[in-house]
Amino acid sequence: MAAGHAHPLYRAGDSAVHRLPAHVKIVVAFVFVLAVVATPREAFAVFGCHLLLLAGVWVVARIPPGWLATRALIEAPFVVLAVLLPFFAAGPRVEWWGMSLSVDGLLAGWNILVKGTLGVLVSVTLAATTPLRDLVSGLSRLRVPAMVCVIATLMLRYLEVIVAEARRMRLARVSRGHDPRFVWQLGATVRSVGALFLRSYERGERVHLAMLSRGYTGTMPAFTTAPASTATWSVALLPAAAAVVCAASGYWVR
Amino acid sequence: METHTGLVAMHMSDGIVNAPTSLLFGLVAVLGLAVCVARARRDLDDRTAPMAGLVAAFVFAVQMLNFPVLPGVSGHLLGGALCAILVGPYVGALCVSIVLLLQALLFADGGLSALGTNITNMALLGTFVGYGVAVAMRRIATRSRGGLVVTAFVAAWVNTVVASLGFVVQYAIGGEGLALGTVFGLMTGFHALIGIGEGLITALTVGAVAAVRPDLVYLTRTAAPSLQIKTPGVRSS
Repeated sequence: MAAGHAHPLYRAGDSAVHRLPAHVKIVVAFVFVLAVVATPREAFAVFGCHLLLLAGVWVVARIPPGWLATRALIEAPFVVLAVLLPFFAAGPRVEWWGMSLSVDGLLAGWNILVKGTLGVLVSVTLAATTPLRDLVSGLSRLRVPAMVCVIATLMLRYLEVIVAEARRMRLARVSRGHDPRFVWQLGATVRSVGALFLRSYERGERVHLAMLSRGYTGTMPAFTTAPASTATWSVALLPAAAAVVCAASGYWVR
Repeated sequence: METHTGLVAMHMSDGIVNAPTSLLFGLVAVLGLAVCVARARRDLDDRTAPMAGLVAAFVFAVQMLNFPVLPGVSGHLLGGALCAILVGPYVGALCVSIVLLLQALLFADGGLSALGTNITNMALLGTFVGYGVAVAMRRIATRSRGGLVVTAFVAAWVNTVVASLGFVVQYAIGGEGLALGTVFGLMTGFHALIGIGEGLITALTVGAVAAVRPDLVYLTRTAAPSLQIKTPGVRSS
């Protein structure tokens, strides 16, 4: 249960990026991604600028590019969509290696590919440098309602317990010869999902009672972190501001 | 059949719809969630929020569970309708939104700029329309466990298709590349099929819960008034 403080994308470290308050990092990540999404798709060089800005952050945070690349593979299904677009989109077409491709589809495919990839890289960078607990206190500082923060905290704290419970149930099924292949063999798996819900809910009831008996009044302790200074904000917002300027330049350069 | 921890993205990535559309649906999501938080207090107060946390952990865990479809092909549950039927639409939508938010922030699953569109489709549209269908069929649901199972199947199927229609609307507003008819055909076609799987799993799960703890099924809770009688101080839920 103590393992709830790390998550699969977190990379422990003590760089300037790691030390930034979480709420600052969340805002910077959102502004950066919006700047990337707002960049016109024909402004090819601007996407290079975005990547350079991100690379700068990686140097400061000491994240190796190879580590990032393997984590960014999560985006694979959208690459398939981007590859399919040139074949199915309408509009004028070009011949390329004997294939007839739509110009508009090529641009749309490139648009999804480049923005999706940069977006995933931003998300992975944020996740790699922010531990779990900081993330929720960051959300709390960004005025996310207390109820949402309580639900998020308990969800993260018990996620591994529930996942391990699901794993044990699967192990129990498999060791009794359960080997489903077809959709009509769902029964046993589904009954354990029902059992998993009941166990989760009843665990929730027990946790709630345990918290009440230890004096829980409805607010989690130590949710509030210190506000960030103007200096911290201005330094942290630099890459995001640069990305916004890049995106804006894309509109009159193209 | 392996339980995997989010190897591939399941939610919309960045760049599929443009920036104004992302912002617009970000606003829709924030407003919708504000309503959910306010109304969820009717079902659970600040002190019972821990229970919702465990329900959210359940949704997260269940999305990692794979179900067999055909040899080599497996799918997994999204859980919007399941949550709505078991814990109510407001708490359900809140739990699914929190799962989506943390998947985007911690697991890079679903783009940050697409968070608004993802929450609008899966947590708000899907859950509420699915629950609406379930409420419309409440008379059938309360009649027998078989009726409840059928209701859950229909609600989950509608939930999945409506969530995909939400995507089609967003693509019509701010997407580019494909003709709208193609997007509509592809998305609704695929999701009508996915919805059958979602419906089957949801229906059987609700059935399994109802067999053991019928008092936990939010949809039919009012149908069993004898279970509503509680002595004060024993349990404050």
